Amino acid sequence: MSVLEFISQPWHWSVSGIGIVFVMFLLLWFGGEFGVSSNLRTLCAIGGAGSHCDFFNFNWRDQIWNLLFVSGAIIGGYIAVNYLGSPDPVQISEATQAYLYTVGINTPQNIEEGRAYVPNEIFGIENILNPRNLFLLIAGGFFIGFGTRYAGGCTSGHAISGLANMQFPSLIAVIGFFIGGLTMTWLLLPLILTL
Amino acid sequence: MKAIKFLLPGIIFGIVMTKSEAISWFRIQEMFRFESFHMYGIIGTAVTLGFILVFVIKKLGLNNMRGDQIKFLPKTKSIARYLIGGTIFGLGWAMTGACPGPLFTLLGHGILSILLVIGSAILGTYAYGLLREKLPH
Repeated sequence: MSVLEFISQPWHWSVSGIGIVFVMFLLLWFGGEFGVSSNLRTLCAIGGAGSHCDFFNFNWRDQIWNLLFVSGAIIGGYIAVNYLGSPDPVQISEATQAYLYTVGINTPQNIEEGRAYVPNEIFGIENILNPRNLFLLIAGGFFIGFGTRYAGGCTSGHAISGLANMQFPSLIAVIGFFIGGLTMTWLLLPLILTL
Repeated sequence: MKAIKFLLPGIIFGIVMTKSEAISWFRIQEMFRFESFHMYGIIGTAVTLGFILVFVIKKLGLNNMRGDQIKFLPKTKSIARYLIGGTIFGLGWAMTGACPGPLFTLLGHGILSILLVIGSAILGTYAYGLLREKLPH
């Protein structure tokens, strides 16, 4: 097995955890910090929102590193999927697959059907004008942008950086992430998906 | 442009997020349904190692490459903003199966519909900025 084939396999969760902390270390070493959602605020500031809203009135040039980081995240995604792509789709648990099937979402069983990163029924470009999908993507994105800034961070800033630094507020935020995530997954999403 | 080096951790992050499958909408459903250990394993490993990293940096008072001491600013004490904001984010996380980092990595995969999510996330942050004074923090 070549090195490329070796790293093209799906990575064990522990390897991924190590990778994330390595990224966190590089960011701290370079003089940044591991918190991704700030880039959304920086983008608002670059767009000129600072002219009428104090929250965006800061020197965004100091935050340019954050945009380079997410640009790297785009490039990394491109490299990983095109050059290091797994031979099989993501192996989702049988229980989740069985549930998703009941709400009309098929989990790809082989690579011809997809990589199982996003369900085609929601994200497929041919399904994009479906009002249900527009709602999921637009309202979902709005909640992400609004909620992360309200809470002052997302998965990276609170669930990883914040908990690693034993910040009680981050624990509260993560509890919130789960209140929202569980409510959506167990109560609302089954209704929305079967509309 | 000195900031260009930040592309490197970003690229590694994009590769790790893809290969760890943490960007998978299906994995997020699995996590919130408690039907797999995978995502908890990733976050648990990262928090444990991150804790050691932060501890060592603080203990030794390490500097970053510019020679400034690495500081971890404590988060402001409050409940409301973290609980309410966190809950709103959680709703969006489960709807789209992505948090802010993976949004960009999925764009690198060529999933163009994610642009709708990125666009509305920017709009959401903008709306927060406008309403901030009126919200409980």
